[in-house]
Amino acid sequence: MKSTYYNREDLKKFGDISKFQKKLGDKFFDYYNSVFEEGALTSREKSLIALAVSHAVQCPYCIDSYTSSCLSKGVDEEQMMEAVHVTAAIQSGASLVHGVQMMDQVNEKLM
Amino acid sequence: MSFATLKRQERRLGSPEGQMVVLDDSDSICLPSFSSKLEAIGLYPLLPMRIDTLQINVGKMCNQVCKHCHVDAGPDRKEIMTRETMQLCLDAIQESSIETIDLTGGAPEMNPDFRWFVEELSQLGKEIIVRCNLTIILANPKYSDLPAFYKKHNIHVVSSLPYFSAKRTDAQRGDGVFEKSIKALEILNTIGYGKQGTNLKLDLVYNPSGAFLPGNQADLELEFKKKLKDGYSIEFDNLLALTNLPVSRYLEYLINSGNYEEYMSELVSAFNLSAAASVMCRNMISVGWNGYLYDCDFNQMLELKVQGANHISEFDLNQLANREIVLNQHCFGCTAGTGSSCGGSLSD
Repeated sequence: MKSTYYNREDLKKFGDISKFQKKLGDKFFDYYNSVFEEGALTSREKSLIALAVSHAVQCPYCIDSYTSSCLSKGVDEEQMMEAVHVTAAIQSGASLVHGVQMMDQVNEKLM
Repeated sequence: MSFATLKRQERRLGSPEGQMVVLDDSDSICLPSFSSKLEAIGLYPLLPMRIDTLQINVGKMCNQVCKHCHVDAGPDRKEIMTRETMQLCLDAIQESSIETIDLTGGAPEMNPDFRWFVEELSQLGKEIIVRCNLTIILANPKYSDLPAFYKKHNIHVVSSLPYFSAKRTDAQRGDGVFEKSIKALEILNTIGYGKQGTNLKLDLVYNPSGAFLPGNQADLELEFKKKLKDGYSIEFDNLLALTNLPVSRYLEYLINSGNYEEYMSELVSAFNLSAAASVMCRNMISVGWNGYLYDCDFNQMLELKVQGANHISEFDLNQLANREIVLNQHCFGCTAGTGSSCGGSLSD
């Protein structure tokens, strides 16, 4: 039995998900690889977006993977941290914008 | 940052034998051998193609002690090529179809016979590359005329600049190196190097400042060009993206930082067939400071000499063209991702 929920080594086994459901696994990885190809966005831009999203979904595998990817593509530390701040800004903004709902409710309830 | 080389500090990885013990033990980290990977794609034994380049390491002395240096070069290294050995190189080049001479070190300019050697080489009408670390130009007034000397002999200058910021460059190459490198690049630009319309070629070498592989060379080149032009008005021709090979100081860094196994696994996972077919050792011979011949500069540092006659005094291009190239686990560094060579990436 593993002693922790997350194991660094498991990232290398990501491809193994196809062993239990090959058809869907293959479709997913085809799609995944296509998404990160150069397109209207550069693969560098996509890596930075992926880094920001990795923090939003708080996936340690994704954070490791896209930190390495950003480093390989020449992204500097400041740019990476700005991407994480974008995540934080959207996440905190998403909480705060719900404050309007709270305020509306308050206004409806109070005399 | 330490200013003493691994050899001076008598560290285990300061000797080729110590490094080979680590590299040879691939079973314990469950990695296939490089030879078996080549065998699986029909490339083993690895044979040369057309040998057109002679890379000559004129000595291990350097004014810098970079953290990733596979030569373990530094001010305390005294191994320097003599004029007699240089003359043997000239004799070998003159009688061969070699087209490009690639001078490296250490800082090659610190060899007292460097200028004599370049002057003699330039009379042979070959392309001459000098791997200049940039800071040497500012290290001492006796080196300040190097840019003019390069220009006079139409030298193709290839210079390391691992990043377009001081923080990462200095972390790898030493405090203040970025600022001095920019100053040296300004001087080279001023006399025409790296400028459009001149034939004075200035390439920069990018290698990752840590345990990761380089990304796409063309993309990195665009980023470097923009950052250096916008921030410092620096221009250059091409960016050569190199992978760090697990040799000498970089090997020690990988082990000490706990990244060795993961980095080696990454190199193996990223094995690229097309890069394997184009590795630089198929087109070049490397000459050590003492005249011994190697398949590449990395094999030279591991003291893995070429098969057969292995000294410049017995240079025989036909025999070398029929040798089997000596391989080891560090060779995965040249075949990973888009591949790596002294001329940059090997595939798109």
